[in-house]
Amino acid sequence: MADSKKVLKIIQAISLKMEEQKDYLTELDQPIGDSDHGINLGRGFAAVNEKLSGLEGKDIGTILKTVGMTLVSTVGGASGPLYGSAFMKAGQAMAGKEDADITDFLTIIKTAIEAVELRGKAVVEEATMLDAMVPSYQAMEQAVKEGKAAEEVLNAGVKAAWSGAEHTKDLIATKGRASYVGERGLGHQDPGATSYSFMLEEISKVTG
Amino acid sequence: MVGLVIVSHSDSLAKSVVELTKIMASNAQIVSAGGLEDGSFGTSFEKIKAAIESVYTDDGVLVLMDMGSAVMTTEMVIEMLEDKKVEMVDCPLVEGAVVASIDAAAGMDFEAIKADLSKVGGTRKF
Ligand SMILES: Nc1ncnc2c1ncn2[C@@H]1O[C@H](COP(=O)(O)OP(=O)(O)OP(=O)(O)O)[C@@H](O)[C@H]1O
Ligand SMILES: [Mg+2]
Repeated sequence: MADSKKVLKIIQAISLKMEEQKDYLTELDQPIGDSDHGINLGRGFAAVNEKLSGLEGKDIGTILKTVGMTLVSTVGGASGPLYGSAFMKAGQAMAGKEDADITDFLTIIKTAIEAVELRGKAVVEEATMLDAMVPSYQAMEQAVKEGKAAEEVLNAGVKAAWSGAEHTKDLIATKGRASYVGERGLGHQDPGATSYSFMLEEISKVTG
Repeated sequence: MVGLVIVSHSDSLAKSVVELTKIMASNAQIVSAGGLEDGSFGTSFEKIKAAIESVYTDDGVLVLMDMGSAVMTTEMVIEMLEDKKVEMVDCPLVEGAVVASIDAAAGMDFEAIKADLSKVGGTRKF
């Protein structure tokens, strides 16, 4: 599915996407948060982007770990420790690997989900990024079981991520800043679920 | 003396909490880690790490923080500091800081201060 070189391309594509969607993600964070999700991720991934050239020739584990550590030290909001832990833990799972197939990719995503659950003390249906992460993982796992090709697996994941993000509109948040807004947050899409869907979409575009 | 760190999304809030503790415990080893490097709202891994290190001794450091990423980022700093004696305390920030600074300045140890802080949230104002 992707060698180290392609992983760097994916990270670069995600960085550009976060910059491109900065205003939109920040806007989503206005009614139910503190209007900084896009600014936070824009800052974090700009720092990540600067590290990419230094990561050429490194294994996938090292790349993911470096991305995670960079996010932790530059994002400045909850998405920093959350995505940071996700990338760092995924990096540990891919230590020394130069190539990742679709099974490895599922391992990466599963590890990332566990990292977010642990760091955020959150589960699915609390109106967070997990509501995009978990259903898209399940859809991809199912597609792999059905013997689908990597491209189709990713497509299924992206589709499920966006419907998961859409579904956060129907949820009363119980974690993060949105939990202070309570039921007044109904009808608003979670910024983290949205940024995650964009990320998965970039992974699918670059590998497809 | 047990060191204390105040973590907040706001630099001025963290600094003011530290300032407030001086009323009763001017000798406490307490520092702030508020906001981002550029002064904007948020929580900074580097600032929190530097603050902990600046008051660290073998007596340990207790960290009091506000919500959300203040907790998660502090947790990550502590994980990175591995075998150092540093812990977060879950208590009201202002009252906790006052109690902790008085206790620390009086020479109370790590566990005794933690035990005191565990009661702070349950103390009613009226
Ligand atoms: N405890 C949590 N568990 C899982 N996801 C969370 C949690 N808290 C926040 N999130 C996710 O993070 C997103 C917000 O990211 P953002 O970068 O805006 O952080 P923030 O909430 O502003 O951080 P801070 O805690 O510093 O105020 C939310 O949309 C949600 O998806
Ligand atoms: Mg925010």
